[in-house]
Amino acid sequence: MLVSVNWLKDYVNTAVPVQEFCDRMILSGSNIETVQPYGTGFEKIVVAKITKIEKHPDADKLLVCQVDAGQGAPVQIVTSAKNVFEGATVPVVLSGGKIADGTEIGDTQFRGVDSYGMFCSAQEMGYEDKVIEQSVANGIWILPDELKAGTPIQEALGLEDSVVDFEITPNRPDCLSMLGMAREASAVFGTPLKYPETKAKNEQGDVKDFIDVEVKRTDLCPRYTARVIKDVKIGPSPWWMQKRLMHAGMRPINNMVDITNFVMLEYGQPLHAFDIREIEGGKIVVDTAKNDDVFTTLDGTERKLNDTILMINDAKKPIGIAGIMGGLDSEIKEDTETVVLEAANFNKDNIRFSSKALVLRTEASGRYEKGIDANLCEEAADRVCALVEQLGCGTVVGGSIDIYAEKQEAKAVKARVSRINMILDTDLSGEEMKKMLESLEMHVEFEDEDTMVVTPPTVRQDLLIEEDYVEEIARLYGYNVLPETLPGNANVARKTPIQTLREKARDILTAMGLDEVLTYSFVSPKSVDKVGITETDLARRNFVKLINPLGEENSVMRTMVTPSMMEVLATNNAKGNADARLFEIGRVFNNSPINCDGQPVEAEVLCIGLLGSDADFFVLKGMIEELLYLFGVEDVEFRQETQMPMYHPGRAADVFAGDYMLGTFGEMHPDVSERYGIEGRVYTCELVFSTIAGLSNTDILYKPLPKYPSTVRDIALIVDDEVHAGDIRDTILENGGDILEDAELFDVYRGKQIEDGKKSVAFTLTYRSADKTLTDEDVAGVHGQILEALKKEFDANLREM
Amino acid sequence: MITDQLKAILEETRNQIKEATSPERAEELRVKLLGKKGQLTEILRSMKDLTPEERKEAGKAANETKANIETLIKDKMNELKDAQKKLRLHAERLDVTEPGKWPKIGFKHPLTQIIDEMTDIFMSMGFEQVEGPEVETVFMNFDALNADKFHPSRDMTDTFYITDKTLLRTQTSPVQARTLLTKEPPMKIISPGRVYRCDTPDATHSPVFHQVEGLVVGEGVTMADLKGTLAEFAKQMFGQDTKTKFRPHHFPFTEPSAEVDVSCFKCGGKGCKVCKGSGWIEILGCGMVHPNVLKVGGIDTEKYTGFAFGIGVERIAMLKYEVDDIRLFYENDERFLKQFK
Repeated sequence: MLVSVNWLKDYVNTAVPVQEFCDRMILSGSNIETVQPYGTGFEKIVVAKITKIEKHPDADKLLVCQVDAGQGAPVQIVTSAKNVFEGATVPVVLSGGKIADGTEIGDTQFRGVDSYGMFCSAQEMGYEDKVIEQSVANGIWILPDELKAGTPIQEALGLEDSVVDFEITPNRPDCLSMLGMAREASAVFGTPLKYPETKAKNEQGDVKDFIDVEVKRTDLCPRYTARVIKDVKIGPSPWWMQKRLMHAGMRPINNMVDITNFVMLEYGQPLHAFDIREIEGGKIVVDTAKNDDVFTTLDGTERKLNDTILMINDAKKPIGIAGIMGGLDSEIKEDTETVVLEAANFNKDNIRFSSKALVLRTEASGRYEKGIDANLCEEAADRVCALVEQLGCGTVVGGSIDIYAEKQEAKAVKARVSRINMILDTDLSGEEMKKMLESLEMHVEFEDEDTMVVTPPTVRQDLLIEEDYVEEIARLYGYNVLPETLPGNANVARKTPIQTLREKARDILTAMGLDEVLTYSFVSPKSVDKVGITETDLARRNFVKLINPLGEENSVMRTMVTPSMMEVLATNNAKGNADARLFEIGRVFNNSPINCDGQPVEAEVLCIGLLGSDADFFVLKGMIEELLYLFGVEDVEFRQETQMPMYHPGRAADVFAGDYMLGTFGEMHPDVSERYGIEGRVYTCELVFSTIAGLSNTDILYKPLPKYPSTVRDIALIVDDEVHAGDIRDTILENGGDILEDAELFDVYRGKQIEDGKKSVAFTLTYRSADKTLTDEDVAGVHGQILEALKKEFDANLREM
Repeated sequence: MITDQLKAILEETRNQIKEATSPERAEELRVKLLGKKGQLTEILRSMKDLTPEERKEAGKAANETKANIETLIKDKMNELKDAQKKLRLHAERLDVTEPGKWPKIGFKHPLTQIIDEMTDIFMSMGFEQVEGPEVETVFMNFDALNADKFHPSRDMTDTFYITDKTLLRTQTSPVQARTLLTKEPPMKIISPGRVYRCDTPDATHSPVFHQVEGLVVGEGVTMADLKGTLAEFAKQMFGQDTKTKFRPHHFPFTEPSAEVDVSCFKCGGKGCKVCKGSGWIEILGCGMVHPNVLKVGGIDTEKYTGFAFGIGVERIAMLKYEVDDIRLFYENDERFLKQFK
């Protein structure tokens, strides 16, 4: 809502500097987006009269003008403007001055002819194209003749003003008007609100002789007020009105349109003016359209209607879409003589639906759908009539037609002084509160000492419950004056186990040198194809789909994080970040409803992605092992993964903890990496974090430190290449009795001295007893058993060390 | 005679040891003189042919000579070892300006860091962290929070829908609604998390972003409590000198409602590019919980009151780190991520 401070002063005296005005309005609840000054930013622009125009001797498109700029001697100005004429009053920027965009103007020559200034357009005084009157929008600003040559333009036109752009929240449609803002300012500054003149003095005739109105749908049109103006003389509106419209962001058009726009801005009540010649049968009928009716609006567009759209009809045909836009033929024309003025109130939801159905939003529809006080219709119509008379552009016909079936009253609400004081932690008296509310034109009565019964002005449709008045009191008292305390109850807050573990995981992973990433939760359904998820993998294709995605690439909720991780790795790879080591802990979604509302399963996943020289399968495996160890997950087992084409067929594993599958990891299949434009090897893992967290047990029980030394035996075994080192280790541990403490793989060797198809696997076995220092004999027995078991299980033979 | 021999040996040794340049040479001399077949050993052995008196005298001289030689060699040996150590240490000197080698630690995402900082502050004030689903019901996301049936935020142009009953939550407040439905007052919670809105990504918009929202409900909870809590948060988050300004505003789920500005934490309020010259930065929305919201949770609105607030994580991160494009947070370029120590 653009509010000209000068215009506002017509209704309320706010004799404070603009900055203070803004600060106090903001603190009372009228937030401000920007403040736009007018009449500044340019220099030495004065009113001038063009006394003589001659053609430039050497240039067809230039004119040489002599102007009276109040300097005594005439000033010569060369121009290429087309809309200048002898006798025109125009703004001129004199040599040494500057225009609003900062361009400085000096003496110059055009093809040998001297020029000592420049004629100005309205743009050059800081106005936007869209608010400049059409006839001068593309040329020099032609000014009223009565202005005196030489007068600085700011002074001549009274340009100096500040336009404050208020941010109006949806609960306060009443503030989308000058009077609404004036009401706020009046309460803030404690000065009375002056209403505009709404009485026409010389009314002639009777409206009933001109027009009749029938409202068939009073549910959709609670009020319809019509007045008539005859002997209309269409012409430009006076400058003071044009200026106000321009500062409010509207283009002046002609006196009748300008007046209706002016009053709309004053009251917030949209108004529409029909040329009576286009109203057949002298009657206006308000009724819904029929399905598939067609109507051409004044913007020339043919629109298809339906039976919920409310129309303004004459006796025979529609002439406007109620509250949205008039018809092509019914608008005011140059030769319009008699005008029917409509000030109506329409159901806000109906206007919203119609506007949506027609895909047509206008200034009027925007206002109606926010909700307007039906009581404004008559006053606004009267105000138009008063202005018509004041501006001398027509004769007001006596009386009005006012179809207002049920007067809309304001809701009286009980508000307790004690309750308001309790919520605000204040100690205001009932009288103080009453005064504040009355400053906003509210009526306050005391039912008892503590209970106020408050009736707001009907324009305030947002005040429905006691709490609404808590806010009114709070904002007028001043939010910043309220005390600051902390809530009384002392209580303890701890992180939940999952929150603690999530943080722990982040700490562990970053300590391992991984950077955390965050990616969008919605992806393309093709993202799973890109990482090589098979057609038959229904779980990973069981997408939660968005009805209205931004695009295909964001149309489903992800079922896995690896595709997003691959994209991030690809981005980093492409940008030359050669060694990317990343992780994300994020949610995945599976379209299996968990309740009758249809909410899907949401699980948390840990995804790691490694790229670059330091990355390999066992680095990634080591990270996973360490994480699971630190989480206290037991019975961890790695099994060769061969089913997922996402991975290198020989370099992938499933991770288990007992019977729980925790996830998979491995080297990405080169075909997959290529699809992401990555040449090097890529390693990823995707583990179900929720499961890991569920299995985590970080209870710690101290184990006494060993009292006796350990004895170490290294063994190297020749086994078939297919035998898994992990299985060998399991067998060793199973047969180690009480004294085998650990078995650690330290070498795997294939090649020279080893038969083809075989490999050498070397372990260090550590023996220790809790009770004594072990002798060679003590160890020999168990060690022998182990070797025997290995022979039996894997046909493993000891290799000479 | 023997004493002469001993003198000669001592003299010769003295000269030789003087010329020795390595511990090895000194050791060689020791063996040559004092070893099993060494010169001095030989002399001592030859003393068995002397008379007892001569032997006594010669023995004394020989022992003295032996002790002298041992001292000579030992001193020389120490001297040479010291010299050698000095040489080694000199040779081992490092260019301390070469880079260190300890493995580089990774970084938490800047948004995680901001969320952690916020949750730490609120937890220290007794707020529990509560989480909820990201695919929410229309009821929890809008109806339970007193959003008008036709509120524009419900439009398909603003909110991502999954079905006519479910959507991607546009705020973390539905977590508060769930808490109101399942718990009894007093309650004091924050809900950090991901939220979604139909915004095409550009420098200031992201269809996915994060919020930290809070809710306090109890007997006698006042607007002063709201102000005090958020003023304390602002001080902890942005510095002890931070001032807060509460401006009336409107939200469907609170009444009265406010927006909160903090004095610019970049310039201290003098005016700079971060605060666009105003000295103030808007950081959050808040208010006293609307009775309609409490009623959904079956809470006695006469007995209990409460306040709620919501903070945009990306906004705070952008202001704090002066990041001018929100997309950087989701692009995950390591050169960006590695700036957030």
